[in-house]
Amino acid sequence: MDDFYKEYILDHYRNPRNFGHLERADVAAEDLNPLCGDTIRIELALDDQGRVEDVKFSGKGCAISQASCSMLTESVKGMKLEDVARLSQEAVLENVGIGISPTRMKCAMLGLKVLKSAALGEIASWPDAAS
Amino acid sequence: MIAAADPKQARIVADFPILAKPTSRGRRLVYLDSAASSQKPRAVIDALVHYYENDNANIHRGVYELAARATDQFEAARAKVARFVNAAHTEEIVWTRNTTEAINLVSFSWGLANLGPGDAILTTQLEHHSNLVPWQLLAAKTGAVLRFIPADANGVLVLDGLDDLLDGVKLVAMTHVSNTIGSIAPLATIVPRAHAAGAVVLVDAAQSVPHMPVDVQALDVDFLAASGHKMCGPTGIGFLYGKRALLDAMPPFLTGGDMIKRVSYEHTTFNELPWKFEAGTSNIADAIALGTAVDYLSAVGMDWIRAHELALTSYALERLRTLEARGLAVYGPPRAEDRAGVISLNLGDIHAHDLASILDVEGVCVRAGHHCTMPLMEKMGWPATARASFYLYNTEEDVDALILALEKAADVFRLA
Repeated sequence: MDDFYKEYILDHYRNPRNFGHLERADVAAEDLNPLCGDTIRIELALDDQGRVEDVKFSGKGCAISQASCSMLTESVKGMKLEDVARLSQEAVLENVGIGISPTRMKCAMLGLKVLKSAALGEIASWPDAAS
Repeated sequence: MIAAADPKQARIVADFPILAKPTSRGRRLVYLDSAASSQKPRAVIDALVHYYENDNANIHRGVYELAARATDQFEAARAKVARFVNAAHTEEIVWTRNTTEAINLVSFSWGLANLGPGDAILTTQLEHHSNLVPWQLLAAKTGAVLRFIPADANGVLVLDGLDDLLDGVKLVAMTHVSNTIGSIAPLATIVPRAHAAGAVVLVDAAQSVPHMPVDVQALDVDFLAASGHKMCGPTGIGFLYGKRALLDAMPPFLTGGDMIKRVSYEHTTFNELPWKFEAGTSNIADAIALGTAVDYLSAVGMDWIRAHELALTSYALERLRTLEARGLAVYGPPRAEDRAGVISLNLGDIHAHDLASILDVEGVCVRAGHHCTMPLMEKMGWPATARASFYLYNTEEDVDALILALEKAADVFRLA
């Protein structure tokens, strides 16, 4: 688990990408992980093709939730909203590139849960293996 | 006298089988989360097995010897708990699942019968959700208002405005020891003034009864709630202490079997204390094993346990100073004397959850998060804290392991 805290993870934690708010968001969602109090809000702006033109996230929490969300936002630009709604937790784990212990899976998946909620227009359930 | 080499300390550590089991990574288990739930001594584990193998039957019903034996042990455990907190009468101890259920019992039974519009409930800014949410709901149901004794930046209650706060108060519901920062509330000051104002006092003693001598008559509290699993007992059993006159006058909380005296199709008369509040088959085995836990704690000595935790806390606060240069923040009263064996902290910009994960690799178990005190965390501006808490089986070696693990975490996060 301590192998998790690699340089690039700490970099995303301390310098999150796409952090802040959009002036004009087409869809947005927010949620929290009641276990640790991590919160994340994600806002998406779409182009006329329904693709993600811009994305911002805000919130606070542990390195795992914030870094994985930061990395997630980097990967969704240009994606169609329906594909965003179908993103899998495997994609997130691959993105993050390190093993996550079961007790921290919810932290790692909070960004994905919020992103999918924004795309679906309703609160998404926790990704399967994270529940 | 708190190193593992001390004979009494060594015997205590050996009494807890789980402490001899290494973690999956082969580390010695350093259990610093007793404020969440304590470990169990062999005697308590054996009591559970012994009951199920020798004495198991339903209580208060059977005429056969086995049922009588189960009933006797169940009631003997109640008497042990009554003596442990120095209740004047055994029937002033009501079994509940835990502290939360004990508080809810008072809220639903005493609260609904005694509170109305314009009345006030006074609690504190330190409360665990279990001693806040029931009063929020009770206030909403009855039209009563909820007030708070403020806490300062160290989590110490500020009593300057206490008399104003007590005006019109029917109930004071407050924690004895903060589960988040360990501060000990000045009950000796507050309780007499609450009584003078005409209020009844309920104390959440989940974090005090396991760790220090608690005498309900000396404190003169009206209700006191505690959990068995935090005091070396099993999960699923706790108790409410209530002064007999108050409990007598209260309507039942849960209703059904065992809490009745006589039932017709139209009407029911209720059982005597304490059974009026114990509907349905009780948690017999766990109550009996809690009696064993109380025997165990009494044999060690509650004064010894308090002194031991005080010494460990002083030692830990001293050792933690070495980490100040790396951004360590310790919350709560600065003097060990003013707190129970609870230390909440943060290290640099490491989120408490990340800190707990890194400590876990080293075999060190600490709690991370909001500790079920979200309003306090928000007031203090802490998104989360990591909390180490001590009990009778912890040693200076455990503190040393904590310090080493924190240094490791500072390295992992490249803190200067």
